[in-house]
Amino acid sequence: MADSYASDEGRQLPSLPPWLRKTLATLATVAATILGLLFVTFMIGRVMPIDPVLAVIGERATQAQYDETFRELGLDKPLLVQFGIYVNDVIHGDFGTSIRTGQQVSSDIARVFPATLELATLGTLIGVILGVPLGVVAAVRRGSWIDQIARFVGLIGYSMPIFWLGLVGLLVFYGMLGWVAGPGRVGIFYQGVVEPITGMLLVDSALRGEWAVFRDAFSHIILPASLLGYYSLAYISRMTRSFMLEQLGAEYVTTARVKGLSEWNVIWGHAFRNIRIQLITVIALAYANLLEGSVLTEIIFAWPGIGQYITTSLLANDMNSVLGGTIVIGTIFVGINIFSDLLYRFFDPRAK
Amino acid sequence: MTTNTHGLRDWLLSDEPTSRRQASLSAWYKGWLTFRSNTLAMLGLGVLVVLILAAIFAPLLASHDPFAQDLGARLLAPGVDGHLFGTDSLGRDIYSRILYGARISIYIVLLVAMVAPLVGLIVGTVAGYAGGWVDVLLMRITDIFLAFPRLILALAFVAALGAGIENAVLAISLTAWPPYARIARAETLTMRNSDFIHAIRLQGAGHTRIVTRHIWPLCISSLVIRVTLDMAGIILTAAGLGFLGLGAQPPSPEWGAMISEGRKYILDYWWVATIPGLAIFAISLAFNLLGDGLRDVLDPKEGTS
Amino acid sequence: MKLRYALASAAVAALLAGPGLVPVSAETPPNMLVIANRIDDIKTFDPAESFEFAGADVSRNVYEKLVNFDPLDLDAGYQPQLAASWEISDDGKTITFTMAEGHVFSTGNPVTAKDAEFSLRRAVLLNKTPSFILTQFGFTPENVEQTIVAPDESTLVLTLDKPYAISFVLNCLTATIGGIVDMQAAMENEVDGDMGNAWLRTNTVGSGPYKVVDWKPSESVLMDLNPNYGGEAPAMERVIVQHIQESATQRLQLERGDIDVARNLSPEDVAGLEGVDGVKVVDELRGRLMYWAANQKNEMLADPKVVEALKWSTDYAGMSDSFLKGQYTVHQAFLPRTFLGALEDTPFGFDIDKAKATLAESGYPECGPIKISVRDAQERLDIGQSLQNTWGQIGCEVELIVGTGAQTLDRYRAREHDIYLGAWGPDYPDPNTNAGTFAFNPDNSDEAGATGLLAWRNAWGIPEMSEKTLAAVVENDTEARKEMYLALQAEHQQVSPFGVMFQQIEQNGMRSNVENFVAGGATTAVSYWVITK
Repeated sequence: MADSYASDEGRQLPSLPPWLRKTLATLATVAATILGLLFVTFMIGRVMPIDPVLAVIGERATQAQYDETFRELGLDKPLLVQFGIYVNDVIHGDFGTSIRTGQQVSSDIARVFPATLELATLGTLIGVILGVPLGVVAAVRRGSWIDQIARFVGLIGYSMPIFWLGLVGLLVFYGMLGWVAGPGRVGIFYQGVVEPITGMLLVDSALRGEWAVFRDAFSHIILPASLLGYYSLAYISRMTRSFMLEQLGAEYVTTARVKGLSEWNVIWGHAFRNIRIQLITVIALAYANLLEGSVLTEIIFAWPGIGQYITTSLLANDMNSVLGGTIVIGTIFVGINIFSDLLYRFFDPRAK
Repeated sequence: MTTNTHGLRDWLLSDEPTSRRQASLSAWYKGWLTFRSNTLAMLGLGVLVVLILAAIFAPLLASHDPFAQDLGARLLAPGVDGHLFGTDSLGRDIYSRILYGARISIYIVLLVAMVAPLVGLIVGTVAGYAGGWVDVLLMRITDIFLAFPRLILALAFVAALGAGIENAVLAISLTAWPPYARIARAETLTMRNSDFIHAIRLQGAGHTRIVTRHIWPLCISSLVIRVTLDMAGIILTAAGLGFLGLGAQPPSPEWGAMISEGRKYILDYWWVATIPGLAIFAISLAFNLLGDGLRDVLDPKEGTS
Repeated sequence: MKLRYALASAAVAALLAGPGLVPVSAETPPNMLVIANRIDDIKTFDPAESFEFAGADVSRNVYEKLVNFDPLDLDAGYQPQLAASWEISDDGKTITFTMAEGHVFSTGNPVTAKDAEFSLRRAVLLNKTPSFILTQFGFTPENVEQTIVAPDESTLVLTLDKPYAISFVLNCLTATIGGIVDMQAAMENEVDGDMGNAWLRTNTVGSGPYKVVDWKPSESVLMDLNPNYGGEAPAMERVIVQHIQESATQRLQLERGDIDVARNLSPEDVAGLEGVDGVKVVDELRGRLMYWAANQKNEMLADPKVVEALKWSTDYAGMSDSFLKGQYTVHQAFLPRTFLGALEDTPFGFDIDKAKATLAESGYPECGPIKISVRDAQERLDIGQSLQNTWGQIGCEVELIVGTGAQTLDRYRAREHDIYLGAWGPDYPDPNTNAGTFAFNPDNSDEAGATGLLAWRNAWGIPEMSEKTLAAVVENDTEARKEMYLALQAEHQQVSPFGVMFQQIEQNGMRSNVENFVAGGATTAVSYWVITK
């Protein structure tokens, strides 16, 4: 995954200092990737047999009203011209208007993205807090019952259809046991109580000292976040285990043991220290996956996040919204790739 | 008979193979022995075999016509009136639908498992072998597809192509190939400048021949592991598409679509959504167990015991 | 029930057990109404543009109209609201309204005839989708300055192109597009000559009991009292509508007391609520019809005997007693019950023998392949699969073509379907709303492009029936008008390529202390201001 982004084109700009050259090359690559991403999305939207005009005007419109809207949306222009106009607008900070919500795409995304961010962050936290120790213990006690359990828990996580698990979870923990709150981000009558700062309800309510809202929001988020956390736990623990196994088999570990260092020190002080970077990369990837891959969870839990936003927009052929969402998610993905690349560059002696 | 098997076994386990054929068969057999000692992997294989048999013999095993509606006998509980898993909202027998649904799942998985790795293999080996701007271009395209959220990309393709199983397969394949391309490219890069490729080139072999005859076979094993591990993901994506109404179309008994139909009834008639959910879970778990075991055999550095 | 708990324990063991969290409070505040509904269709609140179900629910509580329905007595028909009275000229073409006193916009400005003139002219000038409701009376962007005129602050004069039935005109004015907006506020927020359209999409300035204070598309709408509302102060000071897609979720929320009203319960969930403490279900007949229509461009489907055979092989009772139970009643005419002149006869039943016999008389005794276009909503998929099943029994090979709403509609408007399975809701509470689309298509040519007419979409050319439909809108004798519609429907039922099957019954689940919840019947939308709890 951590394929180097910068190396390929570095040599094309000889007169600049190396760091600047690398940065520029990286930026160029990012721009090319995102432009490509937009282009593919745009083309999909244009060949899709869903009529965006109808989404605007509805069933009863006359042909004249249809034609007028068709022109207003710029659909009468050639495809490449449409794409050029769109990219030019984006460069000027205008992401267009959503035909589905009638609002600016940028304001839509500013509303839905924090919801996903909040959910994915908590999910990843749960996955890390439980997954890393589980992976380490599984590696240390390789072949033991705890290793088998860790493996099995992980495999179950990989095998469960999340939309089904979500339904069952909702039914059990909300419907029958009443331990958690139902779908949505916050109880209906807390809607609009907290003036947004970051858009993330847990953070905002804590900052504003609205603890009742905080508690309510927490009891809404905990179930979907646990579900997502379970999925990243499966991935994180598995990778942690395999990284740790590699380290524990290395010579320096044997040396350290011979020297009489405590087992705790050997495991956490030496072996675990050495897998930090790899682990951060894995966690970053898991995080990116949750940010972009929680569409079904969002639908089941009526979570107004970006996955659901893109999906519903897509099905209405609301291309401005889809493209806007794609830019956000593509940027995150590329950003995380670059981030893990940089980590390797700075910390991994072999990369130097 | 016994001596004969013993003979075969000894032949297979011989430390000094006398032919290339014996050596390769021997490697396979040893792999199988390692695999067989992995209980979980065997369990996975067992479940898969059962599911595949169930799919093949669905017409014989089914107790009802999976499409026959009976509005008078809808939402019956499991076991009532000879419906092993109950009936759905249109009175169709869920057990029979699950059996026929297994065919769809296996069909999807097989098709995707053939298409996606092939595309990845071609793109990856060409990029790795050719190098230069071809490599840059192909890898950039790979990155673009990797940067897409998978389900959303699949959704977009299905929306563009129209809903249906074949299009779902195509869409999933289109989203699944980039990792294979990366693997194939990495393998090719390690081989491109190796002595044996040079030797072959000196013998006058063309590029196409080198790639297809000498590089591809060596990429296969890492691709196979990856594909088996991805099978579950493919099934879950297909089910997700079905759940969103973009996979197989009604009245087809695709499991994801069955969950979607049944979720309306989950509070009072849990089996309508739960049984297809368990079916999806069983088949993906089986693939995961199998993939895990295969990895132990083929890729020992990550293995367990 | 036992099964549910067995499932629960199994799932508990399988899942990561969450920590025992604080149980969520189980009651909504007494002055606040909390509703779960599907509101992802709302695109705009501008009455000149809004044309969606959920949008109409908001609009009715925010904007007042010249004439309107009393939620507690819908049968009484339109009543004075912003107009205190009206007079019709002798030639029947001019209506003079006298404005009522004491109505004030949420901005504090009083409602005058100038606002009414502005709002109606604006709806015609903006020419958005619902504008046909007004333009059918001859108003055009060119003539509004002569035909919609307020000579002073308290008088509004409408000049029509024909002497239409007065009930027809006034019924149309009760539709969302008849909502009167604050001219001053709208024009202060005008951008590029849009008469405040962009601003009014997300902001409301009406004289109704509520105003929208927050709208998150596909998430929630929050309404507070209009501080200047002229009428009696409503008991509910805040109304929150949250978008909840799943019926099961709405039911759970209702059972737990997190919400007061659940508006999209499935028949199974309604049955499940039976006997639950503190919850009741209120049935209300709505105006929405479920029908299938056969494209007359398809040669086989243009054979009236084939269509008749299909009508006989539709399992009306089977569906309405099973997956549609309680939510759709069998209805086979194009006017929904409670509309003036609605025909309640249901001549077609499920009779396979008769269907086969009819098919044998047609030019296609073997039937043939039929594609049903249906959108991916569960209820319609179920109906589609039932049709597939029963039509299959007379030998027709049926394929379902499932798509999103826009996809299916696109094919329908392009006249490319075989059979379209869909729903139709009245646009305004007058019989012409449905007659004018099911039984009106004077020019059947492709060039006519009358995509708004259902008869045109199905390529059903009916010059004579169209004349009858036109005649009914200018008949001022209500009894005679009713007879005309009854006759029209009786004929339509037999000869048309439309298989009207059901009329919707909305089953709203609510906490038992909620009183006076009226979803709006067949004619209008929900009214929050009369609700108490």
